[in-house]
Amino acid sequence: MNKNIVIIGGGPAGMEAASQLISLGYSPIIIEKTSSLGGHLARWDRLFPDREPAKDLLNELLVKLNGANVFYDSDIVSLNRLNDSYNVILSNGISILAQAVLIATGFNLFDARKKEEYGYGIYDKVITNADLESYFKDGFDERFNESEIKRIGFVHCVGSRDEKACNRQCSKVCCITALKQAIELKEKFPDSIIYCFYMDLRLFGRKYEDIYLSAQKDFGIRFIRGRVSEASEDIDGNVVIKAEDTLTGKPLKVTLDLLVLMAGMSANPAANKLAGMLSLAIDSDGFLQSYDNVAHIHRSRKKGIFYAGTCTGPKTLPETLSEARSAALDIHNYLKEQDSHGD
Amino acid sequence: MAIDFGFKLSPSSAINLDRLDTEAFNRLAELEPDVRKCISCGSCTATCTAGKFYDIGLRKILIYLQRGMEKEAIEMLEHCMLCGKCSMVCPRGLNTRHIVLSISSIYKKTEQ
Amino acid sequence: MIYQGKQKIWSDYNKEIPDDHWYYVRSCIRQNFFPASERMMVEICKNVLKKDFYENPNHTTCGGIAYHCDTLPQETAMTIVARQFALMTESGYENYAASCITSFGNYCEVLETWREFPELEAKIRELLWKACRREFKKPKYLCHTSDLIFKYRNEIAARAKYKLVNRHTGEPLRVVEHIGCHYSKMFPSKGVGGAEYPYVLVGMIESWGGNVIDYPERRHCCGYGFRQYHVRANRGYSLSNTHKKFESMEPYKPDMIITNCPGCPYFLDRWQYVISEMTGKTYGENGYGIPVFTYEEVAGLVLGYDPWDLGLQLHQTAVEPLLDKIGIPYDPKKKYLGLNEKDLKRPELPGTLRCC
Repeated sequence: MNKNIVIIGGGPAGMEAASQLISLGYSPIIIEKTSSLGGHLARWDRLFPDREPAKDLLNELLVKLNGANVFYDSDIVSLNRLNDSYNVILSNGISILAQAVLIATGFNLFDARKKEEYGYGIYDKVITNADLESYFKDGFDERFNESEIKRIGFVHCVGSRDEKACNRQCSKVCCITALKQAIELKEKFPDSIIYCFYMDLRLFGRKYEDIYLSAQKDFGIRFIRGRVSEASEDIDGNVVIKAEDTLTGKPLKVTLDLLVLMAGMSANPAANKLAGMLSLAIDSDGFLQSYDNVAHIHRSRKKGIFYAGTCTGPKTLPETLSEARSAALDIHNYLKEQDSHGD
Repeated sequence: MAIDFGFKLSPSSAINLDRLDTEAFNRLAELEPDVRKCISCGSCTATCTAGKFYDIGLRKILIYLQRGMEKEAIEMLEHCMLCGKCSMVCPRGLNTRHIVLSISSIYKKTEQ
Repeated sequence: MIYQGKQKIWSDYNKEIPDDHWYYVRSCIRQNFFPASERMMVEICKNVLKKDFYENPNHTTCGGIAYHCDTLPQETAMTIVARQFALMTESGYENYAASCITSFGNYCEVLETWREFPELEAKIRELLWKACRREFKKPKYLCHTSDLIFKYRNEIAARAKYKLVNRHTGEPLRVVEHIGCHYSKMFPSKGVGGAEYPYVLVGMIESWGGNVIDYPERRHCCGYGFRQYHVRANRGYSLSNTHKKFESMEPYKPDMIITNCPGCPYFLDRWQYVISEMTGKTYGENGYGIPVFTYEEVAGLVLGYDPWDLGLQLHQTAVEPLLDKIGIPYDPKKKYLGLNEKDLKRPELPGTLRCC
């Protein structure tokens, strides 16, 4: 089929959509801004709910992609409509005339330094969920000494549900990620005491409640309902945090050897840039606005422009992958319809 | 002779987890693993017969025990009549009557 | 502690502070608490650095203290502020420097309120005109005087006779910096360095040779809190907050405390005596307390002014241990001599807290 489909973003959404389109007989082109595929998935160690290795999924996605065209280290310089097609010009000078464009630009991990009160980037023993995954992957983190880890705290909703961080939305995956990581740390440091500081526990997915129950009962993770208001460093270099224990209505403080900030999902400015080029609507949360929020999340209001994954808001991996498949099928149907109109 | 300034240092009302002694609660959890399953939904307090007249609720008692507020927890427990209504409503199936008895035996002994 | 992380935040909160032509307004209470501090500000700006630094004798309180004690309504406080601005305008200035943190916060709050509610500004202009036939322009630049000393810190360091260094060990002094709540907690962007890691005093301390202590309760209020202190029965609250800070900074063995607020140095200084009487505990070395200073006093000390001319004999917590550490000479016999060597009489000394 001599139809060009451009997929912007080589993360799980872009990869899965591409492999589906390949099996439908197309030759999609992936535009990836970095030098490798996989997006955030490539930096993660294990995945909730079953703690399967992230690299297994990544390998599976890569195998299915075999033979796809990928432009690495490439940005979109311009994107504009030309009759029924889109003219895509890349930073390497190449231009492509595409009959359909799939935006799969994903999310930005919230920069935890913006929550100045938590001291990320200032206090040595304050790390993020992403740092912890790297630690699990690489087996070391120079900021802390493994033999000293006895007291660990997780702060849920860092940069999520926070109007001051310009992110009113729930990032959806952090609660379950915190539980997964808390359990993994407890397995690694069985003598440690682990606290989770949460505003609400939003464990909506299948098996998530079981993980919560297991975290409580089998791993003794202590859940404290209250948002951490500030972190500071004591003379030994440990982190002292303050929160309200809202279930007793009292202020609470505790000294920790490691504080993990659950950085949430923010809209990716790259998506906003594309939205500007194509006059696509952006929703109040900063993510791209879908055709509707029930049946056509993967569709824009512009003909030939489709969405997959977290460019339209925080999502889990299974949701992202399903959406990528929906988008691929929708693109296929759209192109078939275009053909029949053309005849 | 100490000077009377007419005011005093106020004791802190904050919970300091650094000074928490978890020994008694760990013994309780060994005996009653279900105490760790409470999700603080408050069904027990809502339905408690004594709760209409006294400050009592099993979820509060369990939280207090985990925050070093044993005295407050034991005081609450005195109003329990072991009627069992809380065990009927608990969504996580805690054997509440048995837990109340275990708390009594562990913490009252500790007190003596 | 990752110092570069703080530098990153400091670079995010860069406040524009003009170098010259300032209209100066004083605090209601500082001249009683720390009598030479404001005098030193004028001395440094006018005589040492030769800046255009003007104060109008007709200026008054900003009304902030009464506003925060709930004894006057906001419109009244705003009209007082409007009159202050009118005096600045009449004097031909547009850069407004407030000596008091409460005032600085009050001015920030009033200007921000007027920005959001222009109709309120119009009403205040009308009230001012009716009350005293004055008109005003809003300041082009508003700063707290600690912003100014921050701005001039390196010029002061270049002229310094002494450094914040322990002359016996050669080590930098360990300095606690304490920022008044209303400096940047209400409007983080109006403070040098923001609200979480304010740079205003840190910059001075580093420039003058000291090391800053970052202790867990660094951000905590000194406890003054207006009504909490003014009502005697509430003073335990005020005291307890100060106590909490001292307990938190104690392990770091601070040599001195520098503050930028009228109330904070007073309470951090005086409460050390009360705590020592109540608990028997002192926080300095050998039974002394930790000396507490205003930034102007410290600027004066490093520039080589006589400690007694800086009014340091009016501190409750003895400053001599610090003077000895730095190597600043002083005459103990002259400690309680006032202007023209007038005998101010020796105060009664406390039982527990060691004083000289």
